[in-house]
Amino acid sequence: MILDRTNAPLIKDAVDFDIQIKPYQLYTLDNGVKVYAFEGGAQEVMLLDLVFSAGNSYETKNWVAPATNYLLKNGTSTKSAFEVNDAFEFYGAFLNRSCFNETATISLHSLTKHFTKVIPVVSEIIADAVFPENELAIYAKNQIQQLTLNLKKGDFIANRFIDEYLFGIDHPYGKYSSETAYNQLTRDDLTSFYNKYYKEGECTVFMAGKFPSNIESILNQYIGSLPLNKNVIEKPVHPIVAATQKKYSVVNDPSSVQGAIRIARHFPNRHHPDFAGAQVLNNIFGGFFGSRLMSNIREDKGYTYGIHSYLQNHIQQSAWLVSTDAGKDVCRATIDEVYKEMAILRTDLVDTDELNLVKNYMLGSLLGDLDGPFQIIGRWKSYILNGLTEEYFYNTIKTVRAIQPEHIQELANKYLQEDDFYELVVY
Amino acid sequence: MIQFDRFQLENGLKVLVHQDSTTPMAVVNILYNVGAKDEHADKTGFAHLFEHLMFGGSVNIPDYDEPLQRAGGENNAYTTNDLTNYYCQLPAENIETAFWLESDRMLSLAFSPKSLEVQRKVVCEEFKEHYINKPYGDAWHKMRTLAYTKHPYRWMTIGASLAHVEQATMEDVKDFFFQFYRPNNAILVVTGNVKTDEVKLLAEKWFGPIPAGKPYQRNLPAEPKQEKHRSLDVRADVPMDMLMMTWHMGGRFDENYHATDLLTEVLGGGASSRLYEQLIKVKQLFSSISCFHFGTIDPGLFVITGKLVKGISMSVAEKAVLEEVEKMKHEILDEKEVQKVINKTESMICFEDMSIMNRAQSLAFYELIGDAALMNEELEKYQAVTPLKIQATAKSIFEDTNRNTLYYYSKNMA
Repeated sequence: MILDRTNAPLIKDAVDFDIQIKPYQLYTLDNGVKVYAFEGGAQEVMLLDLVFSAGNSYETKNWVAPATNYLLKNGTSTKSAFEVNDAFEFYGAFLNRSCFNETATISLHSLTKHFTKVIPVVSEIIADAVFPENELAIYAKNQIQQLTLNLKKGDFIANRFIDEYLFGIDHPYGKYSSETAYNQLTRDDLTSFYNKYYKEGECTVFMAGKFPSNIESILNQYIGSLPLNKNVIEKPVHPIVAATQKKYSVVNDPSSVQGAIRIARHFPNRHHPDFAGAQVLNNIFGGFFGSRLMSNIREDKGYTYGIHSYLQNHIQQSAWLVSTDAGKDVCRATIDEVYKEMAILRTDLVDTDELNLVKNYMLGSLLGDLDGPFQIIGRWKSYILNGLTEEYFYNTIKTVRAIQPEHIQELANKYLQEDDFYELVVY
Repeated sequence: MIQFDRFQLENGLKVLVHQDSTTPMAVVNILYNVGAKDEHADKTGFAHLFEHLMFGGSVNIPDYDEPLQRAGGENNAYTTNDLTNYYCQLPAENIETAFWLESDRMLSLAFSPKSLEVQRKVVCEEFKEHYINKPYGDAWHKMRTLAYTKHPYRWMTIGASLAHVEQATMEDVKDFFFQFYRPNNAILVVTGNVKTDEVKLLAEKWFGPIPAGKPYQRNLPAEPKQEKHRSLDVRADVPMDMLMMTWHMGGRFDENYHATDLLTEVLGGGASSRLYEQLIKVKQLFSSISCFHFGTIDPGLFVITGKLVKGISMSVAEKAVLEEVEKMKHEILDEKEVQKVINKTESMICFEDMSIMNRAQSLAFYELIGDAALMNEELEKYQAVTPLKIQATAKSIFEDTNRNTLYYYSKNMA
């Protein structure tokens, strides 16, 4: 029999897959810190993620939150920065820290067999970081140099400005670093922020991988004994102050051969009933390689190496963005095509075939995204921090499966209106 | 320990299967034994441009991405100086879709003129985005030309110039395809929730009928031993000075390869490494510094590069780096420092092996360099490296006659 290569093999539609999110285990340490754990995986490795209410929403002076987070591991009263780093690196463990808007994290990746060697140092950092003056000085100096370099890049400038237009320069989502901010940081700023938001702060733990057998008592010894979760941390309220002007063109480097384009509008957070449907619409529009923006602007016209649209991952309020770098002479044409694609989504019903493809793609990638213990706990972490439950997970799947072209068009008419979008090109 | 089965089709295609029933997914990875080093010096950037064309439709299937996405799959590809690798991940139940798509584009591409025209533009935008419209974007281009005089590692995968990409013709595309994209020049790896017997049937069915090509005999000019230090001054509109030094090192089969890898970790791996501690923290000469090596199959480069703190002169910075490098030749590291970098390597291997995607790519790579089973011997090879071996390696690499230096000055400075 001659092989027929023109017909695709039969597939199981991803919409028919039974997609489950495996449950976490929850326990509470002696000090009230909650630990969400998912045990599994073939490798003898683990991840411990400590999430503090210490994002930049809590700072009263620009950049104190990220600087505190960054310098957490630059010295304790008994260890120099070098010794702290060495304590982790000797055991092949990686200690990362990240500062976001609402939260800031300390993440430990470790071989399971060395976990007990490194967890005491994590505990020490939370209890006894000292923020030496000279470490702060080196940090500020090097960050200023890095910033000077980044400010040469159109895409870096564009990311800062578009957030500022959407949320305002004083909002945690809209503010950004500056040379002045770095220069004004003092050791006192950092220690008082640290004392309130880390040392006696609000902490939640997420953990995944293979655990040592007595994990609960180890965690109780090193995390459960710290003075965490004693005080109620007030959640500051930050009003959104959006720019009134909608269209911007900025010349950063006259010799630039490309322009960084950002087109954005506000969008509600994940609790809004339109969120799941908008994710389907977003995928059709510019959310994956087969999207309309990518097919038209990259694969048909070759204006750019890549163009993407996405919903920002914010807790308070999201935004819908289109982002690309395009040849200088085709920036205007690229923007026109983006609006053209919005118009088509508003006026024409999406073809069922295209919609089904997007549904399958979304559910297939979801299945892949839930593959592995770190991925599973990561998904739970995102839900828990956004105040969502597994109901959200199953409702989203339900929406993706059921959504019809008419509803997509309705959402496009509601949200993909050219006039609602901020538009920025940085050359 | 990564278990796998291996078989070969009559047309020469090597197939490896690694079963993992804990995942609902499968990965299909195809590595073609062709990279930028196989290009002609006057047609550089071709292997990478070609990678883009592989998504422009094949002889029986007008669009590669669409059917894969419909099957719930995702895919991508990359080109290095040594190889080109294509991978897709999809729900294991739909794995045949990946066999159908991959085998058709190995059978023959559609060779659509429109695809060539568009992808030439896309690659030119990629070139601009990463190598022109970016501070220091041309540094690697300059360093490669400085360090290599004969071996084709002297150009980057994106190509030596935009003109080469712009001039690519359909004839070039066809020649390249039928020379390199043949089953006997490829390795297929399938990982995830699959059974070897099923993979065997699918491989025979979809790839079996593809004719073998003429075996490719790689015959690249070896880089002659460098006789004296080479350097280049660059002045550009960048905010700060950058120093980049490279030394020639052995290739993937060199007996010092693992010691060299650990040497980069001692010098530049993490915030407790020597260069970070001495040059950023203690002496405060650099605002950032890194040390790594190419990891290439043929003899590569050992690299130290960093941005200078404003006001520090290039010669002071250079001297300080060379001092650290000299120490490696004269000191014998203590066991603890070596243990640290071995522990770190063990940890990196374990984390890397977590996903079926990484396992597939590693198996393909090790099969390319001789035997996929080598993947499971790596850790032992690192553990066998002694302080003396690291010292001997440092001595063999850090000869001044073996060094290339790029002094990249900020135009704004006096």
